[in-house]
Amino acid sequence: MSTARALLARDVRLAWREGGAVGVALGFYLIVVVITPLGLGPDLNLLARIAPGILWVGLLLAALLSAGRIFDNDYEDGSLDVLATGPLPLTVVAGVKCLAHWLTTGIPLVLLAPFLGLLLNIPLGTLPSLVLAMLAGTPAVSFVAGIGASLTLGLRRSGLLLALLVVPLYVPILIFGVSTVTPYVTGPNTIWPPFLILCSLSLASIVLAPLAAAAALRTALR
Amino acid sequence: MISLANPSRFLSLVDRVVPWLSVVVVITLGIGLYLSLFVAPPDYQQGETVKIMFVHVPSAWLGMLGYTLIAVAALGTLIWRHPLADVAAKTAAPIGAIFTFIALVTGSLWGKPMWGTYWVWDARLTSMLILFLLYLGLIALWQAIDEPGRAGRAAAILGLVGAINIPIIKFSVDWWNTLHQPESIFRVGGPTIDPSLLIPLFVMAGGFTALFVLLHLIAMRAEILRRRVHALQRTQVEHATLAEA
Amino acid sequence: MPDLGTHASFIIAAYAVTFVAVGALVIATLEDDRKQRRKLAELERLGIRRRSAKVPASPTVKSRAKPKAANTQAKRKAVTPRSGKTRS
Repeated sequence: MSTARALLARDVRLAWREGGAVGVALGFYLIVVVITPLGLGPDLNLLARIAPGILWVGLLLAALLSAGRIFDNDYEDGSLDVLATGPLPLTVVAGVKCLAHWLTTGIPLVLLAPFLGLLLNIPLGTLPSLVLAMLAGTPAVSFVAGIGASLTLGLRRSGLLLALLVVPLYVPILIFGVSTVTPYVTGPNTIWPPFLILCSLSLASIVLAPLAAAAALRTALR
Repeated sequence: MISLANPSRFLSLVDRVVPWLSVVVVITLGIGLYLSLFVAPPDYQQGETVKIMFVHVPSAWLGMLGYTLIAVAALGTLIWRHPLADVAAKTAAPIGAIFTFIALVTGSLWGKPMWGTYWVWDARLTSMLILFLLYLGLIALWQAIDEPGRAGRAAAILGLVGAINIPIIKFSVDWWNTLHQPESIFRVGGPTIDPSLLIPLFVMAGGFTALFVLLHLIAMRAEILRRRVHALQRTQVEHATLAEA
Repeated sequence: MPDLGTHASFIIAAYAVTFVAVGALVIATLEDDRKQRRKLAELERLGIRRRSAKVPASPTVKSRAKPKAANTQAKRKAVTPRSGKTRS
């Protein structure tokens, strides 16, 4: 357990020290949210209605952009081979790395979202539910991104391929994530069913994604 | 399955099956088209456009069948290590993708006169579109990884992950529909379809399925031969470099 | 041509798309199959066999391969007497 914790601490520290990748993800999120009203027109009512969708889509895209980082750095300098033959099972290694991604990239994106929501005229009352929904859903985002990252390890143009592979898997997260927020904006107070499903998607990803990712890593490292 | 694991035996099976299966395909599709276009009556609700159903529904069924085949083959690759499982999966992907594409386009052409729109984001259409994206992802992954062993295993993992995802998407999009689009989903023909329409549909479905099997077998043969060609080309290079040494 | 009603163009378009897509798929599959068989025949013509265990220098390979091929065919016809070279 302490080995896992040490690995997590190492990954988090590396991510913060590197800084740039997280900054790029945040900057990309900002760009997406800025250009959308420029494309759709400044009608504030329209923006308020679609703000949850834009915020979720922007978050997913930013997460996809940073997903390559989960395994690529260690693969390139050989640490992944060491980790694969080390004391930790590869499943745990994969899980820890996805968790590190959530802590260092997912959570900052979630913290940025409310401020970007203000740009989109989102009603202030929805902000708590937005943050809550995103906190519940972003673990799934990071762990599923881990599946994509492990499948495309070391390939050319892996970024684009990763996005293509992961987007169909993101669809349920997106749908339930938006459903949790939108009722506050448009109507009846029925956030609990989609919110609970979002939580279950995250929990399921935390358990299942490392299995798939480890299998993919094993094929890539062979 | 086990006896077919030997590629050479499989190839001889394919060589024996292809000729008569081709005849079956041509005859079935011929009869099916005749029934669809000239015999099937117009639907009381949809008029003649119901004829689109005879190409749309079989294509959709085969798109889903193709992915099921890929998911089962993925189990074959990862769990039982069947030698031909990854060949089956690799060759099924483009075929399934094309049938899914046909289903999407013919459905869209059916929707415009019937629903007034080429597209609507309801459960079935969105799930089929996601299925198409999953196929594209599989094909892209096969293309991107050079080493066939790694490609086969990676594609198998992706295939299984996508298989889990399909019921989730279907379920989640049903939910989304309930919350955001209270208007009812248009249903085609109701729960029972008259035999005069059902029979042409089944004949076309049978013909399409036979076509799928035929194309899949030929594609598997081509893939097995391609791998032999690559192996021989490698030996050719080895001999040449050794001769120069 | 059967009477296709008011929306005939959609029906025709749907069937046309189906024909074209299926046709392209059939052609692509058959072409790929043909290409692989051609390549394999080409390689076998050059005398490159599967599971060739020995890797001697090039002249020996060619000279051993061609007579071997000729002699295997001859063996199948079961007429030519065995010579020293056809030891497998």
